[in-house]
Amino acid sequence: MTAVPASSSDTLPTLKHDWLPILLPIVLSAIALPFIGNVTTWVTLTVAALAMGMMIFVIASGLTLVFGLMDVLNFGHGAFIAVGAYMALSVLGLLSGWVQVDSLGWNLLALGLAVSVAMVGTGLLGWAFERIIVKPVYGQHLKQILITMGGLIVAEQLIHVIWGGDQKAMALPTALRGAIVIGDFAIERFRILAVVVGLVVFATMLLVLNRTRIGLLIRAGVENAEMVEALGYRIRRLFVGVFVAGSALAGLGGVLWALYRETLTAAIGGDIMVLVFIVIIIGGLGSVGGCFIGAILVAMMANYTAFLLPKVALASNILLMVAILMWRPQGLYPVAKR
Amino acid sequence: MAEMTGTPLLSLAGVHTHIGQYHILQGVDLDLPAGGMTVLLGRNGAGKTTTLRTIMGLWKPSRGTVTFDGRPIGGQPTPDIAQAGIAYVPETMAVFADLTVAENMVLAARSGPMDPARLEWIFGLFPALKKFWQFPAGVLSGGQKQMLAIARAIAEPRRLILIDEPTKGIAPAIIEAMIGAFAELKRETTILLVEQNFRFAASLGDHVAVMDDGRIVHRGAMADLAGDEALQQRLLGLSLDAHQ
Ligand SMILES: Nc1ncnc2c1ncn2[C@@H]1O[C@H](COP(=O)(O)OP(=O)(O)O)[C@@H](O)[C@H]1O
Ligand SMILES: [Mg+2]
Repeated sequence: MTAVPASSSDTLPTLKHDWLPILLPIVLSAIALPFIGNVTTWVTLTVAALAMGMMIFVIASGLTLVFGLMDVLNFGHGAFIAVGAYMALSVLGLLSGWVQVDSLGWNLLALGLAVSVAMVGTGLLGWAFERIIVKPVYGQHLKQILITMGGLIVAEQLIHVIWGGDQKAMALPTALRGAIVIGDFAIERFRILAVVVGLVVFATMLLVLNRTRIGLLIRAGVENAEMVEALGYRIRRLFVGVFVAGSALAGLGGVLWALYRETLTAAIGGDIMVLVFIVIIIGGLGSVGGCFIGAILVAMMANYTAFLLPKVALASNILLMVAILMWRPQGLYPVAKR
Repeated sequence: MAEMTGTPLLSLAGVHTHIGQYHILQGVDLDLPAGGMTVLLGRNGAGKTTTLRTIMGLWKPSRGTVTFDGRPIGGQPTPDIAQAGIAYVPETMAVFADLTVAENMVLAARSGPMDPARLEWIFGLFPALKKFWQFPAGVLSGGQKQMLAIARAIAEPRRLILIDEPTKGIAPAIIEAMIGAFAELKRETTILLVEQNFRFAASLGDHVAVMDDGRIVHRGAMADLAGDEALQQRLLGLSLDAHQ
């Protein structure tokens, strides 16, 4: 047997982990501290930012994979946020006894049921959305933008028909109201819950992406979908699965977002989607890790500037995006594309 | 084709392929006998890569038939063609850079965990892969990526392997040793190799086809072409000058 020599320079390369993006949120929060000037306020804002960042991440994570896998631009993602929130509103309304009783267990059970219904519902809706609206326009960006925006408008109108056009109150379950006091700091309970949910979603995604065959196929497909097909796998089937999972996650994010704001309208997805798109771009299209860090950065920027300079909150995030893209034009964690 | 016996494993008949508005393949006729290696030669831009991509279903033929093992595969979805038993090593290698060497191989072994004996055999052919097993494929050198791309194609037994210019940009020492590996590979499967390096092609090929301007302009035994310098000059003059 003739063996191909490994290569003349056959030393093992040193693996460099790219830690710099991970430092950014720490740096940003450290820079903000002297401007805010008050540690208690800074802690409150930072916790709020982490909670908001996790919600943005939950919503954005599926969308970044949808783009990475098949270059599909979905401007209708906000529909799943709204539908998820309204479905949870209905379920929580039915379970008002469990919601109002001052018992964390019953509250979480009610919330868990509401979230399950919202995720199953938005997952199914995502499946229909993909088959009816997205499938006919694979590979055609302009049409994708127009038709998915059309889908969003239709979804909002349907919400008006089913739930009414007025603004609804989305009350937090009793035991999740208020704050936990640790020393000088008061941390709102719901924010802790949002952070926990976000971390669980992130950990689960990392596990699936790194430890399962489906996850490997998704990562490979984001890099080179054509080669995944040439190995004998149906990328479109994989894509539908990712689209459905991403829609269900948007539904989950919508429930959290509505509870965070304690009100909802059919347009609830609109405000946050601007931030979601910024996050996906600065994270690196198709990168879940970049999406996670990007979400925290964007939420920090939003919360710090809302306190310091409320008039420029959104502009500050656009500046953040420009700054990051000047540093890394493909985003924080660029995905190796063919 | 005098040297052919039996029904071909792969057969292209009058295949035309358009890429956008460009008419690239203009009636390709090519028969591949089962077993051994057929080399597809031709100058840059002749249509060799387009031919492989058309076989793989990555471009759809606009006219003509592609038959594999008696079954029409022209215009079929790429995953179906792969599942029929054809493996592809593209010109760009297309290793998944973010995935480890091991993960690249896991995906290549479609039907389940890799057979350990087969993996040892592959490690024997390409020892670098064993060494870099847990490293992201993105850190490999060009030659090592090429080995991984080939290893992926043979992770499980396949009836036919399409390999597009494996020696392009690879160091001469590695090319030399790759000849040994291919000589062993072609004993267990059928190979269609696109190559510009005539010496490499001649040392391995059993059959040869030469392309120009989207058509096959010569078919025959490699030994005949290798022994006929005038024919080589006529068919390959330009690419021989460029590569030797
Ligand atoms: N994606 C493409 N779009 C337009 N023309 C292409 C594309 N790919 C290849 N071609 C053209 O098709 C012809 C054949 O290309 P190719 O099959 O890559 O040749 P070879 O592999 O023999 O060098 C060339 O003229 C090339 O410019
Ligand atoms: Mg080529």
